[in-house]
Amino acid sequence: MANDKGAGDLVPVDPEHSAPTSAGTAVVHRDAVQNPGLPPHRLRVGDLDPKKADRTERGISILFYISIVASIGAIVSYFAFPIIPDNPASVRLNTLFLGASIALALLTIGIGVVHWGKALMHDHEGVDVRHPVRGSDETRARAVEIFDQANKESGFGRRALLRNSLIGAFVAFPLPAIFLFRDLAPTSDDPAAELRHTMWDKGVRLTRDPDGAPIKASDVTLGSAFHVIPEGLNESEHKLEEKAKAAVLLMRLKPSDFNVSPGREDWNYDGIVAYSKICTHVGCPVALYEQQTHHLLCPCHQSQFDIKNEAEVIFGPAKRPLPQLPITVDAEGYLVARSDFTEPVGPSFWERGDYDNN
Amino acid sequence: MTTTDTRTAPAADRAKSGGVTGALSNYIDERTSISVAVKEFGRKIFPDHWSFMLGEVALYSFVVILLSGSFLTFFFQASMAEVEYSGSYVPLKGLEMSAAMASALDISFDIRGGLLMRQVHHWAALLFIASIGLHMLRIYFTGAFRKPRELNWVIGFVLFILAMAEGFTGYSLPDDLLSGNGLRIIDGMVKGIPVVGTWISYLLFGGEFPGTQIIGRLYTLHILLLPAIIVALIALHLVFVVVHKHTQYPGPGKTNENVIGYPVLPVYAAKAGGFFFIVFGVIAFMAAFFTINPIWNYGPYDPSPVSAGTQPDWYIGFADGALRLVPPHLEFVLWDHTFSWNIILPIAVLGLFIVTVMVYPFIEAWVTGDKREHHLLDRPRNAATRTAIGAAGVSFYAVLWAAASSDIIATHFKLAMEHVIHVLQFLLIVGPFIAFYVTKRICLALQKKDREIALHGYESGRIVRLPGGEFIEVHQQLDEYERWKLVSYNDYQPLMIRPGVDGKISSLQRVRASVSRWFFEDRIEPVSQTELDHSHGHGHAAVAGSPDQYQSVESGSGSAGGAPHAH
Repeated sequence: MANDKGAGDLVPVDPEHSAPTSAGTAVVHRDAVQNPGLPPHRLRVGDLDPKKADRTERGISILFYISIVASIGAIVSYFAFPIIPDNPASVRLNTLFLGASIALALLTIGIGVVHWGKALMHDHEGVDVRHPVRGSDETRARAVEIFDQANKESGFGRRALLRNSLIGAFVAFPLPAIFLFRDLAPTSDDPAAELRHTMWDKGVRLTRDPDGAPIKASDVTLGSAFHVIPEGLNESEHKLEEKAKAAVLLMRLKPSDFNVSPGREDWNYDGIVAYSKICTHVGCPVALYEQQTHHLLCPCHQSQFDIKNEAEVIFGPAKRPLPQLPITVDAEGYLVARSDFTEPVGPSFWERGDYDNN
Repeated sequence: MTTTDTRTAPAADRAKSGGVTGALSNYIDERTSISVAVKEFGRKIFPDHWSFMLGEVALYSFVVILLSGSFLTFFFQASMAEVEYSGSYVPLKGLEMSAAMASALDISFDIRGGLLMRQVHHWAALLFIASIGLHMLRIYFTGAFRKPRELNWVIGFVLFILAMAEGFTGYSLPDDLLSGNGLRIIDGMVKGIPVVGTWISYLLFGGEFPGTQIIGRLYTLHILLLPAIIVALIALHLVFVVVHKHTQYPGPGKTNENVIGYPVLPVYAAKAGGFFFIVFGVIAFMAAFFTINPIWNYGPYDPSPVSAGTQPDWYIGFADGALRLVPPHLEFVLWDHTFSWNIILPIAVLGLFIVTVMVYPFIEAWVTGDKREHHLLDRPRNAATRTAIGAAGVSFYAVLWAAASSDIIATHFKLAMEHVIHVLQFLLIVGPFIAFYVTKRICLALQKKDREIALHGYESGRIVRLPGGEFIEVHQQLDEYERWKLVSYNDYQPLMIRPGVDGKISSLQRVRASVSRWFFEDRIEPVSQTELDHSHGHGHAAVAGSPDQYQSVESGSGSAGGAPHAH
């Protein structure tokens, strides 16, 4: 302990360190070639011929004058190339002339100063001596002594009750911060429950994205595809959140072209099928439809879904098929949903559970 | 040139004689003791090499980012409140969008120099991250991370991660279609994290995606929290550069105990200061001439549409690529919980990759057991295994990066998308091994070539016919300065396992020995003085073309057996 020793008794902490540091498995060759030392200094053109140095000076000063002109030019362009409303070309000119003059002003300063440094400034190499990064033995001993002394004077090591209770307090005091972040999101809702439902419900009309016009079954011709949102989405309070879950793709296939699994016989209407547009991988819109093959492609990570087989994954990182929206028509011949999706749409999440087996 | 008089005169008197500058200096020094700093650092020597500028580019582009970013904050509104766009860009007029998007469009189309500043900011950010990446590669391949600089490597690594975070938060701010899809992907990835994912996403977005909070929150991160940490870490990074003094490349006169170069005042002040203006000028030039992130083409964010060829800014590409390359069907449900390995696996692999990058200095230090300070850089060839590991890492990253453009590669080269993915999946695993092997062989071959040149000189192209009729090419010897570069490097041998004090060999020691063998078994020893003397012992000042020279060629090839590891 520190109080056993007076300041004078302290010795370097680790005498081994005074010896040369371990080189590990490095091979230190006794027979190594010796460093020949710095090569002789080579003079530059300007060192030999003062006239050339003068010419360099004039050249550099011209650069600086150009810089002054360019800076003024930038101010002039600010006014000379104004932005004219509804005229994108004016924006381009404004950006171009302003930017080019600023760039010129900066580059001429930079090139001039660097050239000055390289061509005209004294270029004899200097040598600094390195010292080991570690403090000297005396410094380190003194540091240890200071800590020991502080320990002794404060009683940090001796008064264990004081110290340990303080450590406890230090552990406890940041805890409230964690709870303070709870209200980053509303407290009323459970996210997992929210993710299970969309705006779709029995009788909700399928409407066009983005104008919200309802779609007649007769409008959906063979081979066409519609981007669909639920009726009333545009008036919804949480439009984007609802759309991020409820976006749907609508296609018509020949009834002989696709397979229907048991329980889904009445989910399509006369070959018109609706699938969630939100990728089951990480949620990008699966917006690309190949009419010939009836494949859907997600442009973000190239997952491919086969509409002929209830949107099963045929390629890419996604695992689950796109959920199918059960649809039918109402009395006026407009397409409507039979119900909400029967499973959560979009990317997987921890609480999603095993919907496929339910 | 000071006279005895002025030297003994009090500082104040001298200051008076110096006029206004002197008086001002005196005023400041008496209140700040700035003269101590000038004395300490004014003539500090910095070594010279073009590759040392990469870190400078990063620093300067960060300054440009701060300047241009401050300008943008005066006009940008980090709000997701819905507004009807009424600015000058006709195609989007009347469209509903967030205030963030509308203000970003106003900056682009209604504020003079606004588009220029946006593009300066974006180009500077790209340059910032690119130069950090190149700077890291320079540090890695020259071994500048070795003791005493391991901690500074870690700081630099953290800065690299923070720079990417700044980039991502920044390009999400305009709330355009492209960046919104990027956030959508982040949301999907976060949701895939077991146990806490759903809640993290919920808290991050302040409710369901996309919510009305995320832009404001990213803005706080982007302009306050992250920059503050970055500024602090850059300061620390530079303090360490001063404490350690800069590394230097091996060369004549340069040792581990000295720094050879030019003083801060005036040469480095001029070169580095001037270089700031060059970097700024180049960024301004790019911003003036090349469009970046044309948000007006993408339109406001909407969860439904997306354009083909969607991909993030290039530095996020490796993460996006990892998501694309993951094998299919990696998800299962267990005890009613979803395990999305198609998300978890890429995150884990990326995490492992970047953590390996971070701890590499400590791994190498453990393998070599070398506790010395290293201020002389390695030429990459002279650390063959390290260089090969680096090449493997680069190719791993490069394949992930290429994968982020898999669809563009497919459409551009008229290939099937599936084939591109499969080839990249294959390359992701095999590529690093090929890169490792090829790089290591190239390094060893270059070392052999160095050895050959150091011993026997280089082929001069002069063919001489000997009196006996034999033709021979004259080899020109290097001068001692050129040769020094080829013969001075660190040489390690594989670790020999020895029992510890208890007479046992620990398993850790075995692992270390086998890693050490893998690192150093192919080593090529540097040329020794004896070999050198032997190879041209007939006087190395021999005039090229003299009979001595020819003899040295022959005896040289015979003497290479002196270094058994080389052959």
